Amino acid sequence: MKNFITSPAPHAHSGDSVRRNMLLVILALLPAYVVSVIEFGWGALITACISVLTCICTEYVISRYLLKEHKQTIGDLSAVLTGLLLAFNLPSNLDWWIVVIGAVVAIGVGKMTFGGLGQNPFNPALVGRVFLLIAYPAQMTTWPTPQGFAGSYVDAETGATPLFYLKNIVNGDASAIDQLPALKEAFLGVMGGSLGEVCALALIIGGLFLICCRVITWHIPVSIIATVACFAACTGWAGVLPEGMDTCHYVAYELLTGGLMLGAFFMATDYVTSPMSAWGKIIFGIGIGFIVMVIRTWGNYPEGMSFAILIMNACVPLLNKIRPQRFGEKKK
Amino acid sequence: MNNGLKTLTNGILKENPTFALVLGMCPTLATTTSAINGMSMGLATLFVLVCSNVVISLLKNLIPDKVRIPAFIVVIATFVTMVQLVMQAYLPAIYDVLGLFIPLIVVNCIVLGRAEAFAAKNSVGLSALDGLGMGLGFTLSLTVLGVIREFLGAGTVFGLQIYSNHFAALIFVLAPGAFICLAYLMAAVNKLQKK
Repeated sequence: MKNFITSPAPHAHSGDSVRRNMLLVILALLPAYVVSVIEFGWGALITACISVLTCICTEYVISRYLLKEHKQTIGDLSAVLTGLLLAFNLPSNLDWWIVVIGAVVAIGVGKMTFGGLGQNPFNPALVGRVFLLIAYPAQMTTWPTPQGFAGSYVDAETGATPLFYLKNIVNGDASAIDQLPALKEAFLGVMGGSLGEVCALALIIGGLFLICCRVITWHIPVSIIATVACFAACTGWAGVLPEGMDTCHYVAYELLTGGLMLGAFFMATDYVTSPMSAWGKIIFGIGIGFIVMVIRTWGNYPEGMSFAILIMNACVPLLNKIRPQRFGEKKK
Repeated sequence: MNNGLKTLTNGILKENPTFALVLGMCPTLATTTSAINGMSMGLATLFVLVCSNVVISLLKNLIPDKVRIPAFIVVIATFVTMVQLVMQAYLPAIYDVLGLFIPLIVVNCIVLGRAEAFAAKNSVGLSALDGLGMGLGFTLSLTVLGVIREFLGAGTVFGLQIYSNHFAALIFVLAPGAFICLAYLMAAVNKLQKK
């Protein structure tokens, strides 16, 4: 740090804070949330409320009574954001007690165990989701079909997500093509899926808003989406797709369905669990895109976005060895 | 006598093989899917530990220093084979579940570790007590881990249904649950010992 120059006071504060960033991300998530409330009705409202409230309570109880901190961190809104993101990753008809368990695991195991905000190696919301996916596989993989407020909270009609059919198509089952929603429906989000992942349009609007506000940079989302598109195009060109499915449509379906947009814009870009340098972010994104397509094409689960992000989260300390050139340092 | 008591309790608390020495993680994580499995694995290891410690302590002056590790392994393998055959004959159900992990006691770090670090240097009586203490410590921690994982993962304790299977989180019976439980138990033990 020899060349680090600190100018004398007074310094102006840019107004940037954890609270402001979290608030902007929550704002960016609202369009997608509005769509899911319109589509899934009470389920979306109840699941999100339980998840957010449990996250806040868990963080308060652990930091107040277990860690005995004097200053509470609920005000920085990070627990609210974790709760909201967790809810976005759950089916809207999930039993309330499963949501509570997921939120407790997300904050308790995923975040506070490592010492709170800024010290967790894995994205807390995804820790909660993956925990639930392995713990309650049956409940976590029955998604409601969109019915709005007409459908009741728990007994809603359920169906598989488009990704399930897409996997069958890649493996040569032409009959699954009829089961896919139209591309327009997939773009607007009229299909089964987790609460917040269905509407690609709303998620892209939210993501662009975050990039414009400089809360996130373009590197991670763009490299994830580009890698997925390339991988899907190569699969198409390799000739494995059955009659009635061309490469362009296949690429579009891979991009618009599942948790890809939600993951690329909101989950993978989490400050704490993503690399710092631009090249680090690009490698991080390529890794996520590659792993997600491997799981989608050959894995047991229809969707692999959460696993892909968690696996690449584990690589972040290594990727952080890529450092920007220091000011004044000469290249060797 | 005081010394003997100290050796015995050493393995149960202060130098607990699982939580303090962190030895033998492979059977600890793999066989504790239920309380009964964890306890059987612990008891099998306990038997091998006591017997091998006694025999190695008796032979310590006969075994040349350069070939001591192969000699120890032969002694340990003898007792493991005995355990394996007895379990296969009389407890076939548990033998089927534990499977490969019974013969793997031969290369269990705790058994070889105690032979090398304790039995090869101490008297027969003390070595037996050390084996007993370490074995009890191992059995205790495996049983506790098994009880917690079975309770959270299947809603049962030693096969007795406590709450409905519907609410049980399957993850605790699978590998990730083993790591999560072990980590939190270790943290709790460390916290208690610091006081």
